[in-house]
Amino acid sequence: MQHKVIDAEDVVIRFAGDSGDGMQLTGTLFANTSAVFGNSLSTFPDYPAEIRAPKGTVSGVSGFQVHIGSRKVNTPGDYCDMLVAMNPAALKANAKWVSRTGLVLVNSDAFDEASLRKAGFSTDDPFAEAGVSDRNIIVAPITELTKESLAGSGLDQQSVLKCKNMFTLGMACYIYSRPLDYVYGYIASKFSKKHPEMVEPNRKVVSDGFNYAAAIQAVPNVYKIDPAPLEKGTYRNITGNQALAWGLIAAAQKSGLKLFCGSYPITPATAILEELALHKSLGVKTMQTEDEIAGICTAIGASFAGRLAVTTTSGPGLALKGEALGLAVMTELPLVVVDVQRAGPCTGMPTKTEQTDLGTAIYGRNGECPIPVIAAHSPAHCFDAAFTAAKIALERMTPVLLLSEGFLGNGSEPWKIPSMDSYPEIKPRYAKASDEPFRPFERDAETLARSWAVPGTPGLEHRVGGLEKQHSGALSTDPENHALMVAERAEKVARISDMVPPLEIDGPSKGRLLVVGWGGTFGHILSAVEKAREEGLEVSFAHFDFLNPLPSNTGEVLSGFERILVCELNSGQFASYLRSTHPAHEYLQCNKVQGQTFLVHEILSSIKKAL
Amino acid sequence: MKYTQKDFKSDQEVRWCPGCGDYAVLAALQRVLPKVCEEKGIDKEKVVVVSGIGCSSRLPYYMNTYGFHSIHGRATAVATGVKVANPELCVWQASGDGDALAIGGNHFIHSIRRNVDLNIMLFNNRIYGMTKGQYSPTSKLGAVTKTSPYGTVENPFNPGSLVLGSKGTFFARSLDVDLALSEEIMLEASRHKGAAVMEFLTNCVIFNNGIHSDVTDKETRADRTIVLRDGEKMIYGKDSDKCLVLDGWRLKTALRSEVSEEDILVHDSHSDNLGLQMQLADMRWPEFPVALGVIRRVEDGTYDERVDTQVREVAAKSKIHSLDELLHSGATWEVK
Repeated sequence: MQHKVIDAEDVVIRFAGDSGDGMQLTGTLFANTSAVFGNSLSTFPDYPAEIRAPKGTVSGVSGFQVHIGSRKVNTPGDYCDMLVAMNPAALKANAKWVSRTGLVLVNSDAFDEASLRKAGFSTDDPFAEAGVSDRNIIVAPITELTKESLAGSGLDQQSVLKCKNMFTLGMACYIYSRPLDYVYGYIASKFSKKHPEMVEPNRKVVSDGFNYAAAIQAVPNVYKIDPAPLEKGTYRNITGNQALAWGLIAAAQKSGLKLFCGSYPITPATAILEELALHKSLGVKTMQTEDEIAGICTAIGASFAGRLAVTTTSGPGLALKGEALGLAVMTELPLVVVDVQRAGPCTGMPTKTEQTDLGTAIYGRNGECPIPVIAAHSPAHCFDAAFTAAKIALERMTPVLLLSEGFLGNGSEPWKIPSMDSYPEIKPRYAKASDEPFRPFERDAETLARSWAVPGTPGLEHRVGGLEKQHSGALSTDPENHALMVAERAEKVARISDMVPPLEIDGPSKGRLLVVGWGGTFGHILSAVEKAREEGLEVSFAHFDFLNPLPSNTGEVLSGFERILVCELNSGQFASYLRSTHPAHEYLQCNKVQGQTFLVHEILSSIKKAL
Repeated sequence: MKYTQKDFKSDQEVRWCPGCGDYAVLAALQRVLPKVCEEKGIDKEKVVVVSGIGCSSRLPYYMNTYGFHSIHGRATAVATGVKVANPELCVWQASGDGDALAIGGNHFIHSIRRNVDLNIMLFNNRIYGMTKGQYSPTSKLGAVTKTSPYGTVENPFNPGSLVLGSKGTFFARSLDVDLALSEEIMLEASRHKGAAVMEFLTNCVIFNNGIHSDVTDKETRADRTIVLRDGEKMIYGKDSDKCLVLDGWRLKTALRSEVSEEDILVHDSHSDNLGLQMQLADMRWPEFPVALGVIRRVEDGTYDERVDTQVREVAAKSKIHSLDELLHSGATWEVK
C-alpha cells in the first residue's frame, strides 16, 4: 500500500494502556528512537497512583506522551496527533486529549463487551461515546496479529501476549517514518545475554507491526519529521530527578567534598534518593531514614561533619522539615533541600504536578528565617539548578531550597552531555586555626558568610545550635544582638544576588506585556509566547530560576512593561511575592491548580486577554 | 595521658540549678574523656557532643569539644548524620527522657535498630524540667505534675526495656550520685562498637526532687540496687546478704542464707541472653533491686561501618569512577 508522506514540523503521540501493557517502555523506545534520529523531543509519563489498579479499569490506565519535532520542542505537548489505546479504558481516559485532526489506534481485540463495560462504556460504540468518531481510527486486531506473528516461535502464550506492545511500536514507527535500528539494538542488549531465545521473536514482532501498518489502508498518511538543528555533541536522555541527582554529584566533585543524602521515600522525589544510592562508587553515602525529620537532621549532622549534605522530599515532607530548616539557618551550615512539588495540600494528589510550595519555600518557617530559593525549569536544567544550589550553600554557608516539580522529575528530554570543565569550581569557606579563639559566627565582610570549622580540625572546637548567639558563639538573649543577627542572616541571603545571573528577556525589553513564569512552566510559556508572536502579537517573556534573592535587575526588567502577566500552577503565589517585592507594577495572573501542567493554548488566551 | 578533665571544660558558666543531678554526669564525662582519647589514640578534636533540647541538652556548651545543640528530639538523628558522614569521629549524645523517648522516640529506636556507633547518655529525671514541671514518658503512673494535676493515667517507658526490645547491643545504668560508676559505664560505652545507651537516674531538684531517692539514698542504696559486673555473682545488700536467682524462667530475689551458692546468677553482659537481660533491666524497687552497671553488651556490625564498607566494595567493582564516566554511561548518541 502506497501511503502519502506528509512533512510534519512536530507531532505528539500518546501511548496508553493497562498498567501491565508496557506503555512506558513503548513510549520510551519510541522517544529514544526519535532522539537518535535527531529530533528535538520532550516526554512525560502519566502513571496511575495505584501500583496495580484492577485490570481494564480507567484508574489502571498508564500513559506516556512524547512530543517530537524538527525544531525545538519545549513541552510534551498538549493534544496528541495519535492516541494509541490498548484497551477501552485507555480510550476512555485519554480521548479528550486527541487533537481534532488526530489519529486513534486501538487494539480491537481488547474491545470486547466485558472490557467496554469495565471501562464504563454503556454502548457498543465507544468511539462515539468518547467523542472521537470523527477522527481517523485505526482498528487493528493487535493481540491476534501478535499471536500470528509469533506462531511457531516457541514462546508460551503469556510471553507472546506480552509482545503486543512491540507490535504496536512497530506500527507507530511506520506511521511516523522511524527507523527500527534503535529498537533492534535495545532488544539485542536486553535479551542476548540472559534470554537469547527472546531476541528473534521480539525483532520479528516489531518488524511485523511495521509491515502490517505499511500494508493496511486504514493508515491515512505517513508522517516525516526531519531531524532538528541541534547543537553538535554527545546526547543522552535524562529525567529531571536523575539530572538533579547527578548535578549534586557534580557539585560534590567540584567542591572536593563527599556527598551525603538523608531522605525518606516520597512521591515524586523518591527517584533522586534511588539514583544517588546507585552511585556509591563516587563516594556518595545515602541514608533512607526513619522519617522526613531524620532525613534533614542526618543531613545537618553530615554538614556539620564537613560533607556536602542533601535531603530530598516533596511538599508534605517539606512541612515536616520546617523546624530543622530553621536549625540549618541558625547554625549557618551548608545544606541543599530539594522539594519536588506535587499537588497539595496535605497528601493531595501525590502523582500530580503543581507549583504550590513556593510560599512555604520562601516563608514557611518560624521566626525570621530567610533561605535562598532556586527553581529548576526543565528536566535537564535540574542538573544545573542542583549544582548551583550546592555552590551557593557551600560558598555562602546557608541551607538552599531547590524547587523541582513532579512534571520535571518524571519528565525527560535529550540532554547534551556537558564537559565538567565548563562548570565553575566550588570553594567552601573553611576556617583556619589561629592563636585567637575561634569565633564561629564571625562573618566575611563582603558576603557575610561565616566560616566552616569541621570536626577533626585541631584548635577550632566550637558549639553551634538553634539558640541565638553572638559572633563569638556565646549564647545571648541580648535584644540588640538578636536584632543584629536577624539582620545579618537576612542580608547574607540578600547578598547572594551577586551570584545570580541577571534576568534575561526573551523579546523586546520594553512593551505592553511581559509574560513572567518560574520553574517547570518554562516550556509551556515559551511555546505560548512563540505562538502569540506567530499571530503577530508583541509580547516579551522572562523566566525566573532564582526566586530568593531575585535577580538584581528584576525591577529594571519589570519597569519596561505596562503590564506583567504571571503564569504559575497555583493561585498566585509568585504574583503575590512580586507584588510585595516590586509593588510599582500592574500584575495580571494566569493560574491553574488542577494537578496538571498548563496547556499552551490556555496561556495563549491569557496573553490575548492581557493585551 | 595527653589530656586532663580541664581540657574538656569550656569557658561557659554551667547554668543548671544548684543541686541538679546533671552536674555529676557532666563531671563524669569530662573526667572519662581523657581516658577515652588515650585508649582510642585520638585527639580531642575528634570528639563531638550532640544534644537535643531540654536541661541536660545544654551539656555540649559546657564541653570544650565540637558540639551541636540541635532541636527537640532530633539529637539522635543529628548524631547519626555526624557519625555516618565521618566514622572517625567519637560521637556522644546527651538527651533527656522527653527528648529521647517522647518527641525523639522514633529516632532513638531506629538508631538502636541500626546500631549506629554512638554513645547515648540518657538523663532520666522522669519530668520535663526546662518547661517547668510537666510529666514525661518515664513519669510513674499517677505522677502529679502541672499537666497531670490529678495524676497521670498512662504507663511510663522503662528506657532499658525499650533499648533491649529494639535489640540494642549495649545498655548500662548509673546514678547521678555515683560518679565513679558513671565514669565506668561511660568508658565501657566508648569501648563498645554500636549504639551504647547509658541511662543516668538524675534528680531534678526543683520539679521532681527525690524521685530516685528510694534507690539513691546513701543509707539504703546498697540494699536497693545491684551493680552488675561480668563474672561476678549477683549479690547485693549492705551486708552482701541478698542475691538474685532464677525461679523457673523468672528472676527472684533471695537471701544468700536460703539458697545454695551455685544457684546465684552470675552476670554475663556479653551473652546474647536478651530474656534475662530484659528482666534485669526491668527490675524495680521495692520488688527488686535496681540493676546498675553494664546490663548488656553484645557484638554486631555497626551501621556507619557497614555504610563505609559498602561504599568501598561497590567502588571496587563499579565501572563508574568519575562524573564523566557517569554522564556517558548508558545509551548516548552523537549529533554531528
